[in-house]
Amino acid sequence: MEYIVLLFSEIYKILYVLIPVLVSVAMIVWLDRRIWAFVQKRRGPNVVGPFGLFQTLADALKYIFKEIIIPASSNKIIFILAPIVTMTLALVAWAVIPFSEDYVLADINVGILYIFAISSLGVYGIIMGGWASNSKYPFLGSIRSAAQMVSYEVSIGVIIINVLLCVGSLNLSDIVLAQEKIWFVIPLFPMFVIFFISSLAETNRPPFDLPEAEAELVAGYQTEYSGMMYAMFWLGEYANILLMCALGSILFLGGWLAPMDIPLFDIVPPPVWLILKILFLFVLFALIKAIVPRYRYDQLMRLGWKVFLPFSLIWVVLTSGYLLYFDLLPVY
Amino acid sequence: MLAHAIFFYFFSFIAIISAIMVTVSKNTVHSVFFLILDFISISCLFIMIGAEFLGMIMLIVYVGAVAVLFLFVVMMLNVAQQKNQWFKSSETSTHIPVGLIVSLIIFFELIIVIGGWKYKPDIIENFSDSLISNSTNTHTIGSVLYTEYIHLFQISGMILLVAMIGAIVLTFRKREGVKRQNYFSQISREKNQSVELVEVKSNEGVKIDV
Repeated sequence: MEYIVLLFSEIYKILYVLIPVLVSVAMIVWLDRRIWAFVQKRRGPNVVGPFGLFQTLADALKYIFKEIIIPASSNKIIFILAPIVTMTLALVAWAVIPFSEDYVLADINVGILYIFAISSLGVYGIIMGGWASNSKYPFLGSIRSAAQMVSYEVSIGVIIINVLLCVGSLNLSDIVLAQEKIWFVIPLFPMFVIFFISSLAETNRPPFDLPEAEAELVAGYQTEYSGMMYAMFWLGEYANILLMCALGSILFLGGWLAPMDIPLFDIVPPPVWLILKILFLFVLFALIKAIVPRYRYDQLMRLGWKVFLPFSLIWVVLTSGYLLYFDLLPVY
Repeated sequence: MLAHAIFFYFFSFIAIISAIMVTVSKNTVHSVFFLILDFISISCLFIMIGAEFLGMIMLIVYVGAVAVLFLFVVMMLNVAQQKNQWFKSSETSTHIPVGLIVSLIIFFELIIVIGGWKYKPDIIENFSDSLISNSTNTHTIGSVLYTEYIHLFQISGMILLVAMIGAIVLTFRKREGVKRQNYFSQISREKNQSVELVEVKSNEGVKIDV
């Protein structure tokens, strides 16, 4: 009996996080298309519902009723598993995101490592999809994407080390609470910029959307997918983008904390601040999609390995040297 | 405690089954996927005994990096369709004695380690004098790894670095006749270097320098 009560309360808590995430994924797809359209002086989706808000729901409904085509020469089990893996990994990482001091599903000690591990697993959905399709374009797209994600993960890891040096804990709530005096975006501004660009590359967003460069690779690893399986890839991608925005706002923009410690800001509940910061980062993502042309592949690799990695490594040395010299290292 | 036992047997069952499947599955890519499943379930077991740092590092390093390289190699070499004939053909049967020797060595090593546990139960406590018991295991690992074991840690890092450089040197070859794009010269191109205004005479055209 005790177990059953525990089980149901846990499921309730999980749904309490998961359903808002899924709804907001649907909303940001709409927002993405709207911003993209406004930059290019188009209207974007504005027909279904007020301001076209229900466009994504209509799209999802369309995908559900489309036929799922599995290529005859594909490796069927892995072909079906790939979108499931992508979607699941994009959603499980939300378990450790703290929305406020007590509104967090799993307050684990190694929260940031957990998110890093899950996002490094995300590459498997793409490799599996590309390989199992047994076709040229998906395979090339997935190889490109895997190389890109692995390279940019390295610099994201080093940037996370920078933040961890200032915090002294791997717990995400501790990381947010350490920014009560000053958000890390101010002392670590170059790291924030590099983190932002790396997360664009990590989520395969433009200008780094080479895996699905439509002029060369049709749709990359998604070429052979149709119906709901394609939609799952797509939802997983946007859930990943939201996750990277959330991670950026937790690491650098102070998570659920208000910008200033004045009573007026205390009226707003803490999760709203986190959501506003995520939205701010997402609007930047969408604007960059609209205004920056796609990178060439060798430029992408050069940027990751020859610019970002050495720069963030040097910044680790600088940060630790600064903290050591002024005796600011957090000791637990 | 019951839920703990259920999860423990669940993960260990998956770990053992997938470890067997790595060796017996015919398709090499499937073997790598089973290997990944094995890594994941073993890191779950690590987390269950409270070593969450080791579990996460296992996920990041083995699953996130090493297994991706395995997959790359297996997919690129196109050995996926190769049939597994180790037990059938006589040509390649030299694998079996070598494998047997390696597995026997590992088996005896395991016996020695577990025997140490069995007959000297306080062996762990003797080793872990310096460990602080009330902090998280991330802090504990950090506090011994960078103080007592710093030389071993640095040596293992140097070995990895040398291995990496060696791999790069072995595979590096300078190819002739490849046009390379110089990043800086591309960016620093100016209008007067690249654009020229030419008076074109009728019926003669212009000669573009090659």
